[in-house]
This record gives sequence, C-alpha cells and structure tokens, in this order.
Amino acid sequence: MREMPVSPERAREHGLSGEEFERIRTLLGRDPNFTELGIFSVMWSEHCSYKSSRIHLKKFPTRGPRVLQGPGENAGILDIGEGLAVSFKMESHNHPSYIEPYQGAATGVGGILRDVFTMGARPIASLDSLRFGRPDHPRTRYLVNGVVAGIAGYGNCIGVPTVGGEVSFDECYDGNILVNAFTLGIVRHERIWRGTASGVGNPVIYVGSKTGRDGIHGATMASGEFDEKSEEKRPTVQVGDPFTEKLLLEACLELMRTDAIVGIQDMGAAGLTSSSFEMASRAGTGFLMDLDRVPQREEGMIPYELMLSESQERMLIVAKKGREDEVRAIFEKWDLDVSVIGEVTGDGMGRVQWRGETVAEIPVAALTDQAPVYDRPSARPAVQDSLQSLDPAGLPAPSDLAEVWVRLMSCPEMADKKWVFRQYDHMIRTNTLVLPGSDAAVLRVKGTGKGIAMSVDCNSRYCRLDPFVGGMIAVCESARNVSCAGAEPIGLTDCLNFGNPEKPEIMWQFRSAIEGMAKACEALSVPVVSGNVSFYNETMGKGIHPTPTVAMVGLLEDASRHLVQWFDAEGDRIFLAGADRLGVHLGGSLYLREAHGKVAGTPPPVDLDHERRLQEFLRAAASDRLVSSAHDLSEGGFACALAESCITRPDGAVGARVVNPFAEAIRADFAMFSECQGVVLLSCRPAGRDALLAAARPFRITMVEVGVVGGEHIDIEGVARVGAADLHKAWREGFAKGLGLDG
Amino acid sequence: MKAAVLVFPGSNCDHDAYHALKYVAGVDAEFVWHKQSSLAGFDAVVVPGGFTYGDYLRTGALAKLSPVMGAVKRFAGEGGPVIGICNGFQILLEAGLLPGAMIVNGSLHFVCDYVYLAAETSRTPFTGRIPPGSILKVPVAHYQGNYFADEKTLFSLEERGQVVFRYCTPDGRITEDANPNGSARNIAGICNEAGNVLGMMPHPERCAEAVLGSEDGRQVFDSMVSWLKERGK
Repeated sequence: MREMPVSPERAREHGLSGEEFERIRTLLGRDPNFTELGIFSVMWSEHCSYKSSRIHLKKFPTRGPRVLQGPGENAGILDIGEGLAVSFKMESHNHPSYIEPYQGAATGVGGILRDVFTMGARPIASLDSLRFGRPDHPRTRYLVNGVVAGIAGYGNCIGVPTVGGEVSFDECYDGNILVNAFTLGIVRHERIWRGTASGVGNPVIYVGSKTGRDGIHGATMASGEFDEKSEEKRPTVQVGDPFTEKLLLEACLELMRTDAIVGIQDMGAAGLTSSSFEMASRAGTGFLMDLDRVPQREEGMIPYELMLSESQERMLIVAKKGREDEVRAIFEKWDLDVSVIGEVTGDGMGRVQWRGETVAEIPVAALTDQAPVYDRPSARPAVQDSLQSLDPAGLPAPSDLAEVWVRLMSCPEMADKKWVFRQYDHMIRTNTLVLPGSDAAVLRVKGTGKGIAMSVDCNSRYCRLDPFVGGMIAVCESARNVSCAGAEPIGLTDCLNFGNPEKPEIMWQFRSAIEGMAKACEALSVPVVSGNVSFYNETMGKGIHPTPTVAMVGLLEDASRHLVQWFDAEGDRIFLAGADRLGVHLGGSLYLREAHGKVAGTPPPVDLDHERRLQEFLRAAASDRLVSSAHDLSEGGFACALAESCITRPDGAVGARVVNPFAEAIRADFAMFSECQGVVLLSCRPAGRDALLAAARPFRITMVEVGVVGGEHIDIEGVARVGAADLHKAWREGFAKGLGLDG
Repeated sequence: MKAAVLVFPGSNCDHDAYHALKYVAGVDAEFVWHKQSSLAGFDAVVVPGGFTYGDYLRTGALAKLSPVMGAVKRFAGEGGPVIGICNGFQILLEAGLLPGAMIVNGSLHFVCDYVYLAAETSRTPFTGRIPPGSILKVPVAHYQGNYFADEKTLFSLEERGQVVFRYCTPDGRITEDANPNGSARNIAGICNEAGNVLGMMPHPERCAEAVLGSEDGRQVFDSMVSWLKERGK
C-alpha cells in the first residue's frame, strides 16, 4: 500500500461526508495527511463513535447500587458481594460473519473475551445470540455451519464455556445475519482495571500478536450497507488465533495481580488507533508513539496500515515508569511479543512517529469528545399501520391441531439446539449447573455459595410490529427468564442491531426500541452497564427487523436454589402464574408465521407493574423451595411452553394432562398458541400446593391450577393431545432436518 | 501426598483438575509449568486437558517436546501414577507413553456431551476403587478423540488388559451408537503395560461433584488417593 493524496473525494471513499471532512480541517487547522485521514475515518465511523446513537443511548438507566462500572469502558461491572464483581458485555460481529462465517464468528468471540479480561476479570461463560435467514435459504446452512464452528473453535480452545444463547431464523436475515457474542467474567474489586492512560512519562506498551495487514477498515465496513460486492470485502475480516489469545489472557491476568500497570485496553475495532486515543481521552492526557517499535508480521507496512490494522489478540498497556521489566518478564514467559512503543504526554495531543518523522499529530479530543454527534430525523414508517392490521377471525382454522403443535415444536426456531450446543464446550471450568436448554444458563461462583444466571433474548417480530413494545418485551422476557431460574436480574448489556440510521424510518425504530427498553429497565430496576450498536444491517437496501438483543445477568445468593424449566416428577401439580394476563394475542406470533405465513398485528401487551410483581414472586418461590420448575410462556404460547416443560428434560420426556386455561368460546388454535407476556408455567409437589398458592397472594399474582405431570401424552383436554415420546423425537430431530444438516 | 498438575501453553482444564484434586478429593495439588524439568517431591502427575499449542501441527505434537515431559517419562518409568485427560491423553500418546493415536471425530464436529463408560480393569492407580463392569456417566469434550491403532496393537491392548474404559450405552452395552467419536473398539481410555499410566478422553474432573450433574468422576481421584495411601504417601 502507498500513501495517497488527500481530497474530499478520498474522504468520501473513507466514509466521511463533505461536512465531516470540513470539520476535520477546522479541528486540525490544516488538511489531514493520508494517515490522519485514515485515523479520523475509523474513529468517526458509526461503529467507533456512536454518532447516530449517542443521544438516544443516554435514555437508558445506567446507575444502581451494584454498578461499579457503567457504559463507556470496555465492559460493565456489577458488584455481587463478598468483594467480587461480574464484568460483562455483548458485541455484534454481524458483517464479518456474513462474509466469512467461521473467522467472523470466531473473532467476535475473541473480541468480547478481550473486552472482559481487559477489565481484570477472568471470563467464565459466553452466550451467543445468532439469527439466520430462512432455514431453506441456499446460504443458511453454510452460514450456520461456519458460525457455530467458529464460535466453537475459538471458545473451546481458549477454554471459556459457551453455556447458552439463542438461534433463530427469519427471512429478514437472509442477506444479513446477526452474530451477537456475550461474555461474563469474575473479578475481585481490588483487581479491576480500566482503559486509562494517566501519568505523564509512563510507558505505553504493546503486547500480544504481531501487527499485520488484516482487518484494515473493519470498523468502516461495519458502518456501511452491504451490496453485491460485499464478498470482495473478505480481506477486511480478521483471522483469529485462540491459542495466542489464551496466552494473552493468562499473561494479562498474571500482570494484573501486580501493581505495575496503570491502564490496559484491547486493540479491537480500529486497533492501535482506538486503543491509544481512547485511553488518552479517558485520562485527559496525550501520547507519543513510535511505529517502528510496533512488532510487525509483514514487511513494508506504512503508518496508515499500522494504525488501522485490526490484527487480533493485541493489547495496549500503560505501565508505571520503571516497571517495564516486570511487564516484559511476564509476556516473555508466555512467549508473546512485548514492546515499549511510546509514552504518555501531558499536552492532549496524540503524536505518531515513523522512521524519525511525525506522521500524525491530532488533538485527542478531536477524535473523541469533538467527534460528530447526530440527532438524525426519525419518522414512523408509512407501512406500520398496514403491518399492524390483523383480523384473527379471518385466519383459517387448522383441522389437525396436534399436527400444527408438532410442526411448531420441530421448526428450527423451536427445535432442540443440541446440534449447536454439542459443538460448544459448555462444561469447562466446572461451574455450569444448568446445561444449555433451559430459560437461563446458571453457573456457580466457586468459593462462594452464589450463582449467576444469564439469558439472551429478543423477539424481533415484535420489534418490527411495534419497536417500543418489542423493546420492553426484550427486557422483560430476558429478566423473566433469569427470574424463572430463581435469580434476581441485576443488570444487562445489549446489542442494538438495526438498519441504516440515515433513513428516518430506521431511526424511528431505533428510538422507539430504546425508549421501550429504558421504560422496562426503570420498572424492573435493571441498569444497562454496557452494550453495542450495530447499524447498517441492510443488504441491497433491505433492512433486518429491528433487533435489540438483550443479555440479562441475574444473581442467586444461594446457587443450590436455582430452578429449571422442565418438569421434575410425575404427579407434580401444574399452575399458571399470572393467568389473568392470558388473552388472544396472535400479533407477531410464531403460530402466525409458521402456520399462516404472516408477520402482522401488534405484539402482546405488557403490564410492567404486573411483570415486576410476577418476577418478585418467582424469586421468592424459588428461594423458599416452593416450586420444582418454572418456564415462561413465550414463542408458541401455552401449548409450546407446556410441551417444552415436558420434553426438554435431560432425563427424557414426560407427559402431562392439563385443562384448557382459556374460555371455551375461544378458538382452540388461539388458546394453544396465543403469545402472552407475564405468564409462567410452574410445577410443585402435590403437598406443596397450598403453600405455593399462599405465597402468590402477597404479590397479587393470579394462580390457576391447570393439571398434573405424568403419563404418556401431553394432553390439553378437549383441545389437542400428542404422544410425549413422538413430540420429543420430532423436536430432537427438527433442527438438523429443517436445515439439511448431518445429524 | 502431592499431585502435580502440568501447565503447558494452551492447557485449559488445569484449573478444573486442580479444583477436583484439592477441593473434592482433598489432595495437595500444585501447578507445574512446562519448562520445569523435575517432578521431585510429587507423588502423582495429572496432564490436564486443553489445546496445548493450539493443537497446531497435531494434538500434543508440540507439548511432548516440553522439558517437563522428560521428567514425566522418568516418573512413569519409576512406576509413578500418571493420568492424561483429553489433551493430556493425546500428549501421552505423542510422547510414546501410551500406544496409538488420535484422529478427528467421525462426525467431523467437536463433541461436548455426557457419555457412559464401562470400566474394565481396576489395576490402575486411578481405577482401584472402580470394580470392573461399573458404568460411569462422564462428559467428553473434544474434536480429535477418535482413538486409532493398528489391529496388532488393539489386539495386544485387549490381551494384556490395557483397555480401561469403553464407551457404552447407559445399561453397559458396547454399541456403535454409544461411541461419540468413532474410536476403535469404543476405546475411551487405556493404560500402559505396567498399569501406572492412564490416558482417557472423558473428563472425570468435570463430574466429581453432584451439583454438576454426576459425581462418577470422583472415583478416579478417590482411587488415586487410596492407591497413594496404601503406599504410605
């Protein structure tokens, strides 16, 4: 690569508007050179600057008694007591995973792991939210294979279990899949580190892999739409090396047990550029960096390439002056490159030298605090009204309800995901108390009696139909999943996946979803502590459903009191908690899509006050050991929730006999598959019935006893009946069958 | 009684083995960095699972060259108990302490799942308390756990009672369906002729506590403790 002359045209090629180019000239008081143009283009990209989202993200509640670190750092941190904290974040790797599924997904996992261990935390669990196009789309099978193998290849090698997540399918992701990776780590309070470059004269140290030409402009790629030439962007996808990251993880944690360092940050998107400028920005300092000292994998790299490379498995450290040898000894022990490449300065300037010359000289604030912020216009899409219109009475009633029931339970969206989870090491580190497949993953925290429950969730059909309500539901449902496990939701991270924010309709979706999420967070007292925004999820001008994925983290003071979603024993009584929230709600339902080929109507209504009380009751019931299982009604409604409690058990399927909880006058298919918010299927020992009902009263939760666990069939009396073993088989085989994968 | 848990670049079940030894079986355990060339003072050696050197070249092919492996060979040669789990088994194969090799799983996928093991011999230090015919529920997690050896080696392993565990159904039948990776003759674990070196693909350290879904793996560590105690360690 060669240096090229800078012009407004060149700036446009870098994704900078004419106005932004002018702003750069004003901030510098001169024209930028080629290297500086590259630096501005990545730092001001949507991906790094959050220029279109920033004003809306402020609407999230981010404080709370447990919050030790909110948004703005590499990961958020929450206190869990006994001097311990959890650090977590979720990040998208959508574009790279579509172009090159294995490496795209693998480096997504690698990136989020670094974000967590750079805070000083040891990662103990990952979850992934994956969204693909239609199961029968010609590219889907290839993408599923590649993404799952990529996550497995990276996570398994570094030794962090992938304990859960979601895999779903919709036509809207045909040309733009979503790969959202979440990691959680444990850290002692006194070992928390941040990405700050304070202390004038302190050395700036580069550690990890050598720098190559891979991933240049990854951040810029992630800030533009896709077109038919996207395949050509393959070279902008980075290549992961989980073995080196494992060494980096161990070396960093070893270093962090000393007090030789001041700050540390991973080189993620925009590599050396973002890590150096962001660390200086947080400390209000500047830096001087010599690119000749950067370990390099290839010859003849120019400053532009060195500053923009997104080579993986690299970190930037600011150490205390005079402690350089301690840092060097640790990284050399782990066979990693380590090089002092510069020092912290006090004048607020980022200066970069190469071959004895200054090749970039930019005020740190110009790239961070003075980056553009846009309040983009938003407008409700004209199609929204017609999308929301749905006449349930006009839907043809299926003749064989049992057949529809089996079809829903075995569609790839609902079917057993064992094909996926078997490829992930989900047991390593020996903390996993609930294996993948329940509402939430539950891990123990060694050395304490505590447990951590986690769930990732988003129903993007709901968000398409009403982003405000869909956003509320994403928060409520992930919190409910965690509460169903008996844990208290203590904080969340999110990946906000949307289309092109320059379109007012997309901006409206984005704003509305955030406002809905924020409202639910307030009602449930759950702060948002980290997250990421992924815009431009469009291919050939066609956008995805708005998909604000939420990863909820919950705390169990006593891990032994956790709950699972499956029935425990024959004879146990089955209840619906929150039965007064049942209603005919077909808008955006799975039934509507799978059986009638429609995404229409409005999502089910949410009552936040009810939601809060319901979840408090669930936690109380778990803590007092009053229930044997808890599973919320979500996709597929009452019938599918019941079926899941019967057949997802690791010990094999069990039957159940229940009454129809809906009024008889309601159409049977609507009763089975209506999706209701705030209703949970519980089971308890026969002798525990009265205690459970009494426990619900103070929370004003309506309880209805619907039936009993046991028998060969799953039977909704007078409505439909299926053999438990048959349904179990169809559900187990559905995923591989639906996608044409080898078993 | 002190057990060494070896740590190579890329070991990742080292903490789990340490935890099972120290907090479940009650053995004094210590990590040993792969560049150490002595195992003086240790009574047992655990080569834990992981991805040493990223599995680059071949599983275990680089780890066998680490200085500590010379010490492991001497330790094993003197009759000391050595257990290699998963990648640890692969390393012992590469180092020549056990016969045969590992190839990629028949499914061509990584597999993490609970499997059942039929125990065939209690002659090793790690299976002394596991009567032959016992069935254990233990998880596997590997990409290259498909045990391979020529017919002669397989015959001699069986002839000399060196097959320690085979994959089986929950009721103990040795079937193809019960084999998670395509291993020859459903072999999940073998020992050397003397019986003091055991290699196994399944992870006993992951199922040593009931809260994790099975505590069958604990018997491996408890057996080791009994064996050492009987020898005054």
